[in-house]
Amino acid sequence: MPAVVQLDDIHKTYSSGEVEVRAVRGISLAMHKGEFIAIMGASGSGKSTLMNLLGCLDRPTHGRYLLDGIDVSNLDSNELADIRNQKLGFVFQGFNLLSRTTARENVELPTLYSKHRRSAREMRDRALRCLDIVGLANRADHFPSQLSGGQQQRVAIARALVNEPQILLADEPTGNLDSKTSAEVMGVFQQLNNEGITIVMVTHELDIAHYCKRNLIIRDGRLVSDVQVATRNVAEVEIRKLQEAEAEAKLTD
Amino acid sequence: MRIGSTVTVALRALKRNKLRSILTSLGIIIGVGAVIVVFSIGNGAKSIVEAQIAALGQNIVLVNSGSFNQGGARSGGFGAGTLTPDDAAAIVREITNVAAISPEVRSNSQILANGLNWQTQILGESGDYLNIRMWPLSEGSMFTEQDVRTVGKVCIIGQTVVKQLFPDESPVGKVLRIKNQPFKVLGVLSAKGLSVQGSDQDDLVIIPYTSSMKRISKQTMLRTINVQASGPDILTSVQNDIIGILRERHHTTPQSDDFTVQNQVEITQARTATTETMTWLLSAIALVSLVVGGIGIMNIMLVSVTERTREIGIRLAIGAHGRDVLLQFLIESVVLSLMGGTLGILGGIGTSEVISYYKNWPTLLSPVAIVVAVGFSAAVGIFFGFYPARKAAQLDPIEALRFE
Ligand SMILES: Nc1ncnc2c1ncn2[C@@H]1O[C@H](COP(=O)(O)OP(=O)(O)O)[C@@H](O)[C@H]1O
Ligand SMILES: [Mg+2]
Repeated sequence: MPAVVQLDDIHKTYSSGEVEVRAVRGISLAMHKGEFIAIMGASGSGKSTLMNLLGCLDRPTHGRYLLDGIDVSNLDSNELADIRNQKLGFVFQGFNLLSRTTARENVELPTLYSKHRRSAREMRDRALRCLDIVGLANRADHFPSQLSGGQQQRVAIARALVNEPQILLADEPTGNLDSKTSAEVMGVFQQLNNEGITIVMVTHELDIAHYCKRNLIIRDGRLVSDVQVATRNVAEVEIRKLQEAEAEAKLTD
Repeated sequence: MRIGSTVTVALRALKRNKLRSILTSLGIIIGVGAVIVVFSIGNGAKSIVEAQIAALGQNIVLVNSGSFNQGGARSGGFGAGTLTPDDAAAIVREITNVAAISPEVRSNSQILANGLNWQTQILGESGDYLNIRMWPLSEGSMFTEQDVRTVGKVCIIGQTVVKQLFPDESPVGKVLRIKNQPFKVLGVLSAKGLSVQGSDQDDLVIIPYTSSMKRISKQTMLRTINVQASGPDILTSVQNDIIGILRERHHTTPQSDDFTVQNQVEITQARTATTETMTWLLSAIALVSLVVGGIGIMNIMLVSVTERTREIGIRLAIGAHGRDVLLQFLIESVVLSLMGGTLGILGGIGTSEVISYYKNWPTLLSPVAIVVAVGFSAAVGIFFGFYPARKAAQLDPIEALRFE
């Protein structure tokens, strides 16, 4: 089976400032359909830079990147925008929803910029279906400010899903969430992955990485570890544990 | 992205900041409103001038003392005058195509009747004056050539004088005193209202010019000679004949002429030119305000782009092209300016109506002005919205997403 993502000796050097920063220094790896990968590493190790490259938000200074068989290393910005729209779904640490715009309209946003023209009704139905997948069908008309952090992140996941991407990319998706809502969000990811969606996420928390199937560790822009997770966390189990701990804390109070 | 959804996005953004949107449009509102008012008043003024020119009579050649007659605006300061009744007589005698003539003397005087007094203008004219000016009487009759020859103490009076001195009765047949001399009122002029310059055209007494010269103003010179040619085709030839005769009589050359001769066409042009100049001058001011309004829009759009950097980052990240973002902000600024334009047109129409109601000044709404105003406000929106929109479109999605 061909890889969804194929990186060959990818480099990214920032030369805008006083000194050159070599954020990514020769990473080669392949990601296959149905994988669920966590990229870990210390702060400043180049995780976000790598995610931006994977997400076609940025171009590598050197190396080749095949996404779904297409070489995207040298596409122009409009072509990259179309790739992002059609093949990639983004989830950010800070949710990045449009405020004063309902959950449904937020989810619809990528379809507005699609090459395929869809009727307003079709866009709406798709958005509602995606909200249903993340368990927020009943919050379609809520504004982000009326939703909890975990719910906002689930809206963002629904938005990432709406154009049926090849890969879901998430840079520290639980970075702003407490442990219980983190587990909920990871539960959504596990469910999506079980349905066959490829997911790549960045985290610096080991227990979050253990929800995934494969863990990569980056240090100073280089890939230093690439292992399959032996004992995965299962979201439902973890949520139940957290609930029990919570209940116990209340009893002893 | 479709234009339709871009428009929706733009409108939604404007609705979110209603007060700011309106304040931003204010410059355009004022600019467009001013354009509309100026054009309506200008058009109204033009219609008055046209009426006034029609009231001047037909096929008129005006001979003025001195060379003070500038731009058709006749005002005081004619000095002693350089024309004589003999000049007028010579014109009648030597030019065949003169249909009528009225030598004119003007002065101001206190007049009395019924124990009331009033300061007014005393016009000395011939018996043909009202025919030349096509100014009908509402009552009574005009004095005759006989009255002119005999330096008669007769007069006709304007409506304002009637109101001031004969409030309760018909003045025809009554006597009023000018400089203590009794003049019999033969007729009353029909009302004319205000002139373009705002003076009351009904505030006057007309007496034979001979009577004015000998009894009232004691002037020996004429201010003006009103000449009516017998047809429109010969206007220029009559004008040239008059110039020839007067040069001969006054021993002057084109450089030293102590008189001016204008035919009706020239007068018309001069007068409409004045109002048109005014209209364009005021429009220029209005346009400046449109430009200022445009700069206001640009300013707010720049603020808006900065404020919404993150939103732009999100849109770019999920697949918007630079062009989509450009269009979104461009539409926002065009909507702002068109909204301003529409409110400005409504405000301008309203203001014109108020002016025409309270100032009794005719205003004519000009469709051209509306088209120009709408066109200009859209152009202002595009022109001043382009730079901020391009700035938004050129943002880097990663940087924009990181923006706090
Ligand atoms: N736009 C940029 N210009 C210059 N240096 C950058 C830029 N973005 C990131 N870097 C640098 O690249 C290195 C890797 O950053 P990043 O990928 O954000 O790390 P991580 O996400 O793992 O914390 C850091 O040293 C950071 O300072
Ligand atoms: Mg990072």
